[in-house]
Amino acid sequence: MSCCSEEISQEMWSEVDSVIERHRETPGALITVLREAQDVVGWFPQALIEYIAKGMNIPASDVFGVVSFYSLFSLTPKGRNSIKVCTGTACYVKGAREVIGRISGEYGIAEGETTEDRRFDLEGVRCVGACGLAPAMVINGDVHGDVTADSVLKILEKYS
Amino acid sequence: MTHITPTKLEAMRKEYAARLTQPHIRHLFICGGTGCHATGSLKVKDALHEEIAKHGLEEKVRVVETGCNGFCALGPLMVVHPDNVFYQKMTVDDVAEIVSEHLVHEKPVERLMYKDPQSKKRVPLFSDIPFFALQKPWTLRNKGIINPESIEDYIGREGYMGLSKVLLEMEPSQIIDEMKASGIRGRGGAGFPTGMKWSFAAQNDSDIKYVLCNADEGDPGAFMDRSILEADPHAVLEGMTIAARAINATEGYIYCRSEYPLAIKRVQIAIDQARSLGLLGENIMGTGFSFDISIYQGAGAFVCGEETALMRSIEGKRGMPIPRPPFPAAQGLWKKPTILNNVETLANVGQIMLNGGKWYSSVGTENSKGTKVFALSGDVNNIGLVEVPMGTSLRSIVYDIGGGIPKKRKLKAVQLGGPSGGCIPEDHMDVVVDYEEIAKVGAIMGSGGVIVMDDKTCMVDMARFFLEFIQEESCGKCTPCREGTRRQLEILERICEGHGKPEDITLIEELSEMITASALCGLGQTASNPVLSVLRHFRNEFEAHIFDKKCPAKRCPALVEFKVIDERCKKCGKCAAVCPVGAVEWQKKEVAKINTEACVQCMSCYSACPFDAID
Amino acid sequence: MSTLELTINGKGYAFTQGETILDVACRNDIVIPTLCHLKNTTPTGACRMCVVEVKGARSLVASCTVPASAGMEVQTESPSVVKSRKMNLELLLSSGSHDCLLCPASGDCRLQDLAFKYNATGKRFERTKPKYSPDVSNPFLIRDFSKCILCGRCVQACKDVQVNNAIDYGYRGSDAKIIAKCDLPLGDSDCVFCGECLQVCPVGALTLKKARQKPRICETEAVRTTCAYCGVGCQMNLHVKDNVVQMVTGADAVPNHGSLCVKGRFGMQFINSPERLTTPLIRKDGELVPAEWDEALGLVAEKLGTYKAENGADSIGVLASARCTNEENYLFQKFARAVIGTNNVDHCARY
Repeated sequence: MSCCSEEISQEMWSEVDSVIERHRETPGALITVLREAQDVVGWFPQALIEYIAKGMNIPASDVFGVVSFYSLFSLTPKGRNSIKVCTGTACYVKGAREVIGRISGEYGIAEGETTEDRRFDLEGVRCVGACGLAPAMVINGDVHGDVTADSVLKILEKYS
Repeated sequence: MTHITPTKLEAMRKEYAARLTQPHIRHLFICGGTGCHATGSLKVKDALHEEIAKHGLEEKVRVVETGCNGFCALGPLMVVHPDNVFYQKMTVDDVAEIVSEHLVHEKPVERLMYKDPQSKKRVPLFSDIPFFALQKPWTLRNKGIINPESIEDYIGREGYMGLSKVLLEMEPSQIIDEMKASGIRGRGGAGFPTGMKWSFAAQNDSDIKYVLCNADEGDPGAFMDRSILEADPHAVLEGMTIAARAINATEGYIYCRSEYPLAIKRVQIAIDQARSLGLLGENIMGTGFSFDISIYQGAGAFVCGEETALMRSIEGKRGMPIPRPPFPAAQGLWKKPTILNNVETLANVGQIMLNGGKWYSSVGTENSKGTKVFALSGDVNNIGLVEVPMGTSLRSIVYDIGGGIPKKRKLKAVQLGGPSGGCIPEDHMDVVVDYEEIAKVGAIMGSGGVIVMDDKTCMVDMARFFLEFIQEESCGKCTPCREGTRRQLEILERICEGHGKPEDITLIEELSEMITASALCGLGQTASNPVLSVLRHFRNEFEAHIFDKKCPAKRCPALVEFKVIDERCKKCGKCAAVCPVGAVEWQKKEVAKINTEACVQCMSCYSACPFDAID
Repeated sequence: MSTLELTINGKGYAFTQGETILDVACRNDIVIPTLCHLKNTTPTGACRMCVVEVKGARSLVASCTVPASAGMEVQTESPSVVKSRKMNLELLLSSGSHDCLLCPASGDCRLQDLAFKYNATGKRFERTKPKYSPDVSNPFLIRDFSKCILCGRCVQACKDVQVNNAIDYGYRGSDAKIIAKCDLPLGDSDCVFCGECLQVCPVGALTLKKARQKPRICETEAVRTTCAYCGVGCQMNLHVKDNVVQMVTGADAVPNHGSLCVKGRFGMQFINSPERLTTPLIRKDGELVPAEWDEALGLVAEKLGTYKAENGADSIGVLASARCTNEENYLFQKFARAVIGTNNVDHCARY
């Protein structure tokens, strides 16, 4: 087991091991493994990619190719709270751009960035299918509807 | 494992159907879709349970958490059965009143009923609400009236009866004939006849074949598939199993976006339930036919809605489309014959088998049969899920079902088909829902996203929005899509920023022609549709941006200068209050004034002004 | 079986089931331009340069992937085809730093050839700033991403031809890039520097290091030879100018069909090395001193004879070199067995 990476604790490594163990024999399971591994570690440091490549017996270049292809996977550390503002058409029409603008202005992060204190990371995401609540925003899995540029900062205050 | 027999299934159907119709039991169908969850329906549900217990009504009232009811904007919502009363925007604080007034004293709570936006009157009965009354729920027949996590509820609603019929009474070729007779076409958007698709895969001999369900609903503004999976997951499983029987497949995958956790959870529950009853897995219903389904979660790539990319993704690879032929019916997933159908298509299969293809084709237009589910959103009063017969006009969807445009604004256009579709302007609103008719006006049926846009929407900006989407979601494999859409976006960005050049329209058209004619996959080939439809119907807006450097809808910040129209200003000061940069000068009883130097064109004042005094 | 026939540019051609339009065209010397097509691999259909017009088809079709079918009417240079190819080239030319004047691949570049043929420049679009800086981390080649057209031939060469699996597509859309493990420089990756990618790159995205100190490939003369590194017998072209081997490419012949390994492709500097031995050396008083061949061979024969006489033939063993040809190695073992009389024969490739 590799244990030379600062970002990944011993417990994380053993969880990653069991993820690999669970799916190693299933053809096509790479994306599932990556999703579950990201749930454990939070993002993909180089050591994790190489470890999964070895464990799944898939070239590391292919693993990186897959990680960098899908927007679910992150190559940079995330914040403690992940803000996902829906940028689907309905939300866009109803002001998602302004919502993102306000968050960016307040916390000094652009889309895809994380605040220095790792409190928030901000993403504009594809339609979350909650168009009835447009503009919608998902924070750590909680859906917030009818968000406006004015109300968004108040919502964020609750997350530290 | 015990295998359910057809006789046992019929007995279960009778038992559970009766449970739903017992007159002395009230059913509270509380919506548990993603939208209502977000607005707090689970808390309301818990409060209902508590309050019902407090009044000792447990025997008389059954609270059922259903899938998405469809009227998402009014959540949390609930339908009381058999009273047929609809409650909207409930909070935990309303629960005590509902229980004591409605359930105990038989006096429905009027203030929580639906309010008609035109007449401002409360509509007590669910079936009288135009939003629901004008729909034809075939695909969504179980929406809001069953617990999606209960296979009993589904069986009580004729669930798995179609499969039972297929396995006992029909040959695979008859299944395909019935699908062909129904006239149903792929609901994912392209509209390929489903029966024909199945027949191709049935012809190819192979030890292993696959049935895939495309639940990678990626079109922005579309949530039909999510709602179906959340509300009626067994219908999709039944459809897939029948498809598997038709082509002799043994394995199936539901490829679902990971952004739909609730749908995934409910489908998994449904799979487990079906397996435990012997409706999935080895030797289904004791007939010797075996088929099993697993869920494969996507990882966020729009292009994986394209069939070859979706299959690469299930194989654990980058979701990059590959050229066809070979077509998936011959060489699909793991190079085995494969069919891929959309969630909505599959959800109809059970009923088609039960009632016959003829029954299904009795509704619709000549070449587009049955019903279509749409996700209605944007600038429209009634946002939600609607299902209408093919042949219904867009006008009827927007005005009769959708309740028209809010704030007395004017309808400008309706966007259909997402990033592969187009914008249909107001004067074409009488076009009917039909694959060919919609294509004639420059859009596509698409998967069902209907985004209504009012006159505040800049159509050039919309074209830019869709190109930005496509550009970010292009897999990057073929040159026309990777480089071509980037150039189109670059040109549109410069137009929106006021740097448009006279030759830009021609250049966009030339690029569109080349990308459409030569891109590798459907995503690229249709990527230019949004911009072409805007050019076709709103060319004047393009020209205003390029030649007059003006954005008629005042959406493009670089082309807008806000000023107060003195005569209209009622001196209320709302504009000054919302301005984030202090660019509005206002004092009590004075007309406001905007300092254009300081203004950052955020549009806050424009939106805040109740008197349209800012222009 | 009746003969299958399609028409290309109005003329009929026979084909066999399974051939693509491009296959039929190539066989009949009809030129359809390609950028991504790589012989002996599955077509990817990525570049869309080989599009042709087929009567009745909804759009243009990629001739590299569409199978020929009976009665098909194909036009390879119709106005819409030419228009599409020209726009395709314009997009590629504007997408990076395609400066032919400064490019080592000039004269050996398909993009350049096609731009000339279809009269395409990228000037209608704004030139894109390069997103990724060049990778110069290894001793052999430079990866200049600003010249990469993402045709994917290098990926196929690495995965399907050499099966090294060192590179793949990374990221997506206009961010797409050919990456090695974890997007590391090649030198830190799983790359073994066979150089297959270099050979198949149709543009100047992959070029030899120190290219400016060498002539461009189009200035050299190709001399066909057999690689001397091992017994496989790979066929190669030495690209020679001024009697100096400037670079090496694999020749498309048995047994290697164009492929080479790191030694064959990058290990030929010894030919012109000033340190190269030109005469035999004999150690005299601890010093290696140049000698004549006769003297050297005489000394070897004399010593071998003495050892054999004193200790027997099996006191001698011979170790052959993988750099000899099979014929030379055959002679050498014959020498060991017949002349010396020992079976102590071995070969460096075993170590």
